[in-house]
Amino acid sequence: MNAVWDWGSGIVDWAVANWSHPGDGERGVWPLLVEHARLAYVSILIGLALALPLGLACVRWTRLYPPVLTGVNVLYAVPSIALFFLMLPYTGFSDWTAIVPLALYTLVILLPNVVDGLRQVPEHVRQAAIAMGFGPMRRLLTVETPVALPVIIAGLRVASVATISMVSVASLVGLGGLGQLILSEGFRRQFDAPIVVGIVLTVLLAFATDALLVLTQRLLTPWARRDGRRGKRRHRATVPAGEATAADAGTDPTQTADSGNGARPWTS
Amino acid sequence: MDVLNELVAWFSDPGQWSGPDGIPVRTAEHVQYSLLGLLVAALIAVPVGLLTGHTGVGGFATASLANFARALPTIGVLFLIVLAAGIGLVPVVTALVALAVPPILVNTHEGVRQVDPALKDAALGMGMRGGQVLLRLELPVAVPLVVNGLRTAAVQVVATATIAAYVGVGGLGRYIVDGQARQDLTMMLGGSVLVVLLAVVTTLLFAGLSRLLVAPGLRSLAAAHR
Repeated sequence: MNAVWDWGSGIVDWAVANWSHPGDGERGVWPLLVEHARLAYVSILIGLALALPLGLACVRWTRLYPPVLTGVNVLYAVPSIALFFLMLPYTGFSDWTAIVPLALYTLVILLPNVVDGLRQVPEHVRQAAIAMGFGPMRRLLTVETPVALPVIIAGLRVASVATISMVSVASLVGLGGLGQLILSEGFRRQFDAPIVVGIVLTVLLAFATDALLVLTQRLLTPWARRDGRRGKRRHRATVPAGEATAADAGTDPTQTADSGNGARPWTS
Repeated sequence: MDVLNELVAWFSDPGQWSGPDGIPVRTAEHVQYSLLGLLVAALIAVPVGLLTGHTGVGGFATASLANFARALPTIGVLFLIVLAAGIGLVPVVTALVALAVPPILVNTHEGVRQVDPALKDAALGMGMRGGQVLLRLELPVAVPLVVNGLRTAAVQVVATATIAAYVGVGGLGRYIVDGQARQDLTMMLGGSVLVVLLAVVTTLLFAGLSRLLVAPGLRSLAAAHR
């Protein structure tokens, strides 16, 4: 027990001692954490910026969806390590080498969720909006997007956690935030403290981001608070690893509809 | 397209296809590590997932485990295990197992949980015991999701086995690591292309496997899972 305590406090000591190196901006735990967050967040935002119009297009032109989804899934089968290296001739050692693959990977989770979210808008809700004189754009922004939001955010949560953990792999091409702590400070020097600190901070960053997204959803969809808890948790818990998000919505459409509690204000 | 030409040249060099660091040997090593890791993980995760799914015990624990595992940086886990257990095949396979267990476990658990209660009622009504319900009803119905989990795990394992080269073992990652050490971009890219091909072949294999294993009556359900 004592040995474990010593080991743990040694790691904390290391993290505190190396938190930031005033003279050298590149090293230190804090700058790497910031870099990690930057790479992950930019990738997720770009992924979302791609997934929203792509998802809209797939909902409007249904025939587009199967080939696009297959393409995204094939891309996801490409290991991140390989993709980072394959980016090198084109983007060199810039941030884009990490961001482009990571953003593309998020599509495999985000796109099905955007499409499922938009598709589950009840027809009578859409009709009601049309009858009230809403044009397509206003309908999209004020009716369909709010209804789809819980499902889109559920996708964002899975995608951001996966992206944050994957950023570390980019350390093999000299990027990768906390991954660099793990690889160059820890592994190359045969020293466990930086590895443990890197893992713990990555997991904490992922969970903090997840909590932030839950909070965002609560703020953006106040109507879902009353009874939405059960449905949401169910949706999240049943998202199996990887790209199965599309699958579980596909097998049990009632479940997605159930979790899309955004329909409440218009139906009740 | 200079890079492409050099890549073609790299692949068409006959020296690349023989010897202890030739593509066939490296690919075989890579497949060996991956298969070993996946097999051990499946032997652990499928029975446990079937049990927790059948009894309904530990549902929250598996979901939490899945979320936690998704957040874990794979290279951190690998390097930490190797640092603790030393360089060699066993630590690498241990790390691969640790990465492959969560997706298989969660998908097996969810696959069994998602079996229609009416079907279970029918099975019990026909006089099946708990074990029979599990093996004759829940397992076959869960197969699409189980195979899906195995595929996710397999692709992840194939990808991560690449990093095994960083800890001094063979596999396709050798090209990437050695290429990096020699500043040989073509070699690194060649290794990356091979890893991509292996991952795509793995995905296709599991698509075929799911077609083979899924009972004919469940085919339409399986299509929805893909």
